Amino acid sequence: MGSSALSHLRICDLTGQLAGAGATKILGAFGAQVIRVEDPVAGGLWDILRSLGPYVDDRRGRNLGGGFNNHNVEKLGITLNLRTERGKELFRRLVAVSDAVTENFAAGVLARRGFSYEELRAIKREIVYVSNCGFGHVGPYNRFKSWGPVAQAVCGLTFSSGLPDMPPAGWGYSYMDHAGAYFMAIAVLAAIFHRNRTGEGQWVDLSCTEAGATLNGPAMLDYTVNRRPLRRDGMPNSNRSQFGEMVPHGIYPARGEDRWVAIACRDDADWRALSELLQEPWASSPRYATLAARRDAEDVIDRQLSAWTREREASAIASLLQSRRVPASVVQRPGERIDEDPNTRAWGLWPVVKHSEMGEVRVEGLPLHLSETDWEMERGAPCVGEHNELVYGEILGITRAEMEELEKEGTI
Amino acid sequence: MSGNASQTQRPRGALEGLRVVELTSEAAALAGKLLADMGAEVIVVEPPSGSILRSRPPFAEDIEDRERSLTWWHYNTSKLGVTLDLDTEADRERFRNLIRVADIVLESEPPGRMADLGLDYANLRELKSDLVMVSVTPFGRGGPRRDEVATDLTVLAAGGPVWSSGYDDHSLPPIRGWGNQGYNIASLYAVMGTLIAILVRDERGVGQHVDVNMHAAANVTTEQATYTWLVARQTVQRQTGRHAETNPTMPTQVQCSDGFWVNTGVPPRVRSEFIAVHDWLRELGLLGEFSDRILLELGMDRERLDLSKLGEDVEIQAIFGAGREAMTLIASRLPSYEYFMGAHKRGMPVAIIYSPEEVFEDPHFKARGFPTPVEHPELGKSIPYPGAPIRFEGSPWRIRGRAPQLGEHNELVFESLAATSALRT
Repeated sequence: MGSSALSHLRICDLTGQLAGAGATKILGAFGAQVIRVEDPVAGGLWDILRSLGPYVDDRRGRNLGGGFNNHNVEKLGITLNLRTERGKELFRRLVAVSDAVTENFAAGVLARRGFSYEELRAIKREIVYVSNCGFGHVGPYNRFKSWGPVAQAVCGLTFSSGLPDMPPAGWGYSYMDHAGAYFMAIAVLAAIFHRNRTGEGQWVDLSCTEAGATLNGPAMLDYTVNRRPLRRDGMPNSNRSQFGEMVPHGIYPARGEDRWVAIACRDDADWRALSELLQEPWASSPRYATLAARRDAEDVIDRQLSAWTREREASAIASLLQSRRVPASVVQRPGERIDEDPNTRAWGLWPVVKHSEMGEVRVEGLPLHLSETDWEMERGAPCVGEHNELVYGEILGITRAEMEELEKEGTI
Repeated sequence: MSGNASQTQRPRGALEGLRVVELTSEAAALAGKLLADMGAEVIVVEPPSGSILRSRPPFAEDIEDRERSLTWWHYNTSKLGVTLDLDTEADRERFRNLIRVADIVLESEPPGRMADLGLDYANLRELKSDLVMVSVTPFGRGGPRRDEVATDLTVLAAGGPVWSSGYDDHSLPPIRGWGNQGYNIASLYAVMGTLIAILVRDERGVGQHVDVNMHAAANVTTEQATYTWLVARQTVQRQTGRHAETNPTMPTQVQCSDGFWVNTGVPPRVRSEFIAVHDWLRELGLLGEFSDRILLELGMDRERLDLSKLGEDVEIQAIFGAGREAMTLIASRLPSYEYFMGAHKRGMPVAIIYSPEEVFEDPHFKARGFPTPVEHPELGKSIPYPGAPIRFEGSPWRIRGRAPQLGEHNELVFESLAATSALRT
């Protein structure tokens, strides 16, 4: 059962939300044993997604959050009160048999519980400790709290999405929680590789704002080399190509309410193919044959092209352009890309997992397949304390009587 | 080679000992850069005419030249660069020789191209049985849409991020953000796939082929847009600068007195936060003109707001809204940085909306050493680059050198390769 790729790894996982839980989800899908450690006092609700919708039915509660289930498939869940001495002792035992400790609390929270990197290292010398927060654990803003929309705004990604003379459009979701989670998964894997080669563990201080700031590289070099800031008149205009390298390039209206089609002419050949399709005098004119000429006339071209696309179905436009090898796609709604797009279905992108209370639920799979040791998702997210018996009993060797006592005193 | 790391004074990068052969591309260039900056030896292979990235603007001092593309510079730090014309048998043989001593091959050719060259995974594993091959394609190597042509824009449109982003006014188009995020996401998955496959290889001695699908990557990078459909079959609608939702929510962006925009972030939820905002309004002399003062004070009477009841409980909704309004009023009266610092000092997570380059001037990023100088000897200067996305305390991330010039390491790579082969046979 389950993927075998990382089945030799055990992660002591204190993450939550998406920026953290999204990382260990990937490791878990590839077979790492991810043990989610949650606070019994708060009923696991430090991770607010536990109880937030969407919901599968009318029931509500801390085990029924749809987002939580999506981000925590294939993990084991235990409760452990790290405020108490016995709780701390159990945590030490868990760290001692783990390869990595992962968390995305505000900076300093875990250290205040008595588990700084130095303390973790004293428990297990080669432990890998990856912390992930908005601003990192070091630096003037290290006490600043954060969440996705904050991280992506501070690092520049919100600003670089929008239309001229308008407020930033940004990202209509926590893009940097996803990207932060991806960087976090990379951090764990790279540090484990390094440990395997050298026998050395380490602390990795991941700052989501810093990670996000690396995702706009050429624009930043345009500033450091050419002193040309992105904050200038007419910028951004982000459906267009960023540096004028493709024209036309944009998102154009199609027939119907809120229907749109994306079109990108990569080069002069794409433009010729498009203009042959359009069969309109303005487009056939040789004056737009070169990129430089199209760039000068981009407003006019966009207006003319919009007038043509507006009369047609988005999917018809996309197929027509694809038939001439011009990149184009419908701006797909969630229902279209999930239930109607043959590509996501054929990929197996929406596996069904079994959740102890929610039943069978579709979740997001992963966009990569490994030919020998692929990912698998079968088990839904853990309910609060669902795997206490398994983890405390089988992994830490605690007797049933002891467990009952721990439960009674509120340690687990 | 990989098991035989040399003893050096400086700490080793996390991936030291790995050798990657990367066929240059737009979509996987970031994957190669990440591996290289984490310590792997990455040899980027370009056609003799140069990578497509070398033709991408912007150019240093706006001089269009294949050695001056800032796009090439950014995505190819720390790599060695060689040229090979894979349409000739002689160079394909040189490529095969590289593969024989590589751990990983990374490519983003159109599906079918590697097979046409006789360089697909089935061919390459004959040369090195435990090779890890990582292929990044717009729609996956085997899917029904695999032959479609695509760019960052069209993949993000097909995959969901575009649907969720834009403005409250739906007569305006949905918006794709800049920075080639569709390629970036795919590259991040390519790095994960590479590392997982390498851990498996080191453990069991088996190589494998990693198939990364950009369209699928975009599809699983839209947060609640996807799982709201999966779980509840509801469709989120885009809103200006904030989460797309099934039901409209209050605006979160405010223009400050200096013209910069900020995001009011997470408004007050617990008693201490309501008190802090109340105090802040008073300090600024704004309490009198704040119309929802009474609601704010109701927030001060409660221990915390149960946010799972937002949208159901009218009173919670009103109190939560008053907290947001208070933060909005304050933001509109202060310069952006003062608002940002003032809110965080009071424990409220808000954001200043920086343009990307402004990060370089921010005291926090500077103090962490984020701007990273990279020497460009030909220009006689050192240029600040974006620094470490991941701060490894025990195996430092490091830009080992500027992007290679065209064919810069042909001699070094092919000569040492000849020497290696001689040693090995």
